[in-house]
Amino acid sequence: MAKVPKPEQLVNIDHKPPAKPWMDMPVKFEEGMWCYAAKPESLEAVGLPNPRKWSPEEEDWKLPENWKEVIFEGLRERLEKYRSLRIFMDICVRCGACADKCHFFLGTGDPKNMPVLRAELLRSIYRKEFTVAGKLLGKMAGARELTEDVVKEWFYYFFQCTQCRRCSVFCPYGIDTAEITIIARELLNLLGCNIEWIASPVANCYKKGNHLGIQPHALKDMVEMLADDIEDVTGIRVEPTFNRKGAEILFIPPSGDVFADPGIYTFMGYLMLFHEIGLDYTLSTYASEGGNFGSFTSHEMMKRLNAKMYAEAERLGVKWILGGECGHMWRVVHQYMNTMNGPADFLEEPVSPITGTKFENAKSTKMVHIVEFTADLIRNNKLKLDPSRNDHFRITFHDSCNPARAMGLFEEPRYIIKNTCNYFYEMPEETIREKTFCCGSGAGLNAEENMVMRMKGGLPRANAVKYVHEKYDVNTLTCICAVDRAALPTLMNYWVPGVSVSGVHELVGNALIMKGEKQRTTNLRGEPLLRTEDGGDV
Amino acid sequence: MLTTKDKEGNFKVAGIVGCVTWVSLILILIKNLLEVLSMSFEVNGKVIEVDEDGFITDPDLWDEAVAEYLAKTEEVEELTEDHWKVINYLRDYYKQYGIAPMVRKVTKETGFSLKEIYELFPSGPAKGACKIAGLPKPTGCV
Repeated sequence: MAKVPKPEQLVNIDHKPPAKPWMDMPVKFEEGMWCYAAKPESLEAVGLPNPRKWSPEEEDWKLPENWKEVIFEGLRERLEKYRSLRIFMDICVRCGACADKCHFFLGTGDPKNMPVLRAELLRSIYRKEFTVAGKLLGKMAGARELTEDVVKEWFYYFFQCTQCRRCSVFCPYGIDTAEITIIARELLNLLGCNIEWIASPVANCYKKGNHLGIQPHALKDMVEMLADDIEDVTGIRVEPTFNRKGAEILFIPPSGDVFADPGIYTFMGYLMLFHEIGLDYTLSTYASEGGNFGSFTSHEMMKRLNAKMYAEAERLGVKWILGGECGHMWRVVHQYMNTMNGPADFLEEPVSPITGTKFENAKSTKMVHIVEFTADLIRNNKLKLDPSRNDHFRITFHDSCNPARAMGLFEEPRYIIKNTCNYFYEMPEETIREKTFCCGSGAGLNAEENMVMRMKGGLPRANAVKYVHEKYDVNTLTCICAVDRAALPTLMNYWVPGVSVSGVHELVGNALIMKGEKQRTTNLRGEPLLRTEDGGDV
Repeated sequence: MLTTKDKEGNFKVAGIVGCVTWVSLILILIKNLLEVLSMSFEVNGKVIEVDEDGFITDPDLWDEAVAEYLAKTEEVEELTEDHWKVINYLRDYYKQYGIAPMVRKVTKETGFSLKEIYELFPSGPAKGACKIAGLPKPTGCV
């Protein structure tokens, strides 16, 4: 595994473009800036083509013999199927508005990480094969031949895009680079060129219901342990049920929240909230993952993994689905599900059983985001909250890319934070809400071996955190995405030591005054509470 | 290098010693290189395959000797009773549940704090302890 240079070395970024044109710059696989190849068994599990042992480091990538044909045919099919793709291939005027909006370009200075140039890697092949100008004029028209080096370049740079869509906010034509990246990764997948950090979770999710490969009895064991922890802190025993037919609501979290620190504290928050309001809900050991690494692989895989949530909702006969603090799950549900697997007519239009609020925005998908659900409870005075229990947290909120840019979920998490905490500070305006900076590890790139790239790509986000850390003494970065909760602690340790990471429902769990609870002396992490008579700062 | 100034017998001996040292150094280098390339190692005549990060690919091939070997790759010089307490817990959990236990579970069940786990396994519970116990790496939002 590559050694990660010290922050003071990594921060020296050269943004000066090279003297030669980009087509004459061959791809170079830098240490710590790419992910391991997908293992054959991971591809076989879901029937993806060309499973084999290979490594990006080796000269021979063991591509199928007719690989060129496969790419051209694959691209042709997709140009016909997705009108958006043809538009994105044709419409870009290379104005450069996107260039300095990408966290990976800002963090590396590599011109091929400018969204415009990342897309050109594919466009140049499209022009050569599918446009008259490209066929006749070649390089002059921005066209080039498809070679094995192009495939390698695609692999390097399309697995250096986190599909965060910050660039698309600034594009005057609304070109969605994430869509281009998805297509490029689909083409790479046709040749068997995926990364293990995506292929393995996809295989796990398909076989065992979640990315981590948690089997039913293990899931139960983990949830029970978290219930024990809740009892230790509050004196109250929560009793979640599994696969219960006839429950009103199916709750689906990202599996990272069940398994890994600090997501588990957020998961405890969910369970405490549901217990307190007496929600008639069930967990599922089959649909035990809201996240969708399929969306980092292909549209088809995204569809397959999304389908199981609805299949389970139908099997259990629930009215609607409540989803946890997950990122890409919501991009898929909000922007693809309806035409992919929907409409989910067998479910009912979601209505909060506690407040009676009808979630009009979820009319078609029948799936409500938990921060919408909880914000509505607070707004209707259904929760008793003591924000002083979160006084040890001085918080800033990281808008997770997908809930922010794919759903416009800006106010709800902030509304919850402001009602559960006394100390909340915003990062600079151009780094939050729809302009939020990516954690640098999304879209399946949070592998350990990719650490140099992750730290480089996360620099713009970390820099904004550093600003509020220094100005307001912020010590907690709160977010609503499990990839964030996995990636940001490492990023903070590296760039802004002293800042920890939490989910929004961890804050809810801490602040929630539960009926019959014992006097709380610690927060959900087992850290002693700060208490003063006047409720002020310590 | 070995024989240029070789007019006296003494120099010859030194030359041969030097030569042997060089050859063995090169052999060790080649052996290590082969191990890295083929991504496997050999313990007690058993060839154990590992992934890019040195996690063994077939957990069934694990035994105590394998653990001793893996420990050295993770800055653990000697496996003490405390190490084995953690390793055995990890293995038992993996056998029953097919996955590594949550870190929080490890600390709760073994009685070691996270700090103590890091003292035992400097590269941490996942990269260090799980690797030595022969468990696969978890992937996803972790």
